Amino acid sequence: MARKTPEINASSMADVAFLLLIFFLVATTMDIDSGLNRVLPPWSEKQTDAPDIKERNLLLVHVNKYDQIAVQGELLTINQLKDRAKEWVLNRADDDNLPEKKVEEIALIGKHPVSQGVISLQNDRATSYEMYIKVQNELTRAFNEIRDELSKAHFGKVFLELEKEQQDAIAKAVPMKISEAEPQNIK
Amino acid sequence: MAVIRKKEKKEIGQISTSSLPDIVFMILFFFMVSTSMKETELVVKFKAPEATEIQKLENKSLVSYIYVGPPVESLQAKFGSAPQIQLNNSFSTPQEIGQFIASERDALNEADRNKMTVCLKADKDTRMGIITDIKQELRKAEAYKISYASLKSVKGY
Repeated sequence: MARKTPEINASSMADVAFLLLIFFLVATTMDIDSGLNRVLPPWSEKQTDAPDIKERNLLLVHVNKYDQIAVQGELLTINQLKDRAKEWVLNRADDDNLPEKKVEEIALIGKHPVSQGVISLQNDRATSYEMYIKVQNELTRAFNEIRDELSKAHFGKVFLELEKEQQDAIAKAVPMKISEAEPQNIK
Repeated sequence: MAVIRKKEKKEIGQISTSSLPDIVFMILFFFMVSTSMKETELVVKFKAPEATEIQKLENKSLVSYIYVGPPVESLQAKFGSAPQIQLNNSFSTPQEIGQFIASERDALNEADRNKMTVCLKADKDTRMGIITDIKQELRKAEAYKISYASLKSVKGY
């Protein structure tokens, strides 16, 4: 006669599961890394001069060791920086001193005047990292706002809600050109 | 005519707890799947700066981390409080970054090597000098994609 196996008492199962649960609760880290993404320029041994960019197409942003910001030699606060950069890139009035625009044919959008402006960021070795990130953030914000405006005009949605192809088109129409100068000490 | 009713004692039946283990297991599995263990022990402390235009870093396996900040309190007696670079689990010099990047790149699939991103986790009170040195070394090591780790700003100035 086959012996009946006694049923295993499962009442402590909950306790065991709780124990494991608490372990994982404590050990878990849910933080997703996020930050400002940038692409560095390739390294070159010889100090090449800045690529030929017309003066009107270059916006010089300096941050000195006292964390002061100068745009084209003019002192600005961090709050003014975004609007200044935006106005400069957009050049709505087609001013001769602001960046030129080149009309390009872009898929999904059609002909669009693409700004040729490049923002050049230069910082001192003693600039604080916090201010550097703030400046980078403001410049990114300027471009993001321009992209959002264009996205709304063409697709009726903000940039982040667009489809991949639409995003690519907008990114092509509004290239995020922030370049970082070779390091040197500035006054 | 008054009817005297006997007070009926209404008893609520005991709540069945037999499904409790199932629920707990469900939560347990959720945490087991979503968890990621800390791999490096920080020897520097940092407080990331705040920014509004941040993007999430996707695909954690393609990300290498460089930490910059003053050494933790317990090590300050030995190493001082000047900002240091941490690669893997120890203090490093900027010159070691090239080697670090090379070994990180070797650990990846060949197809993924050009997608490698360096996440720079630096303390907000660091000076740019050390950051610039790191960037120059990264450029030499051909690791061009970089992410400056920052927190979502609440103020959004």
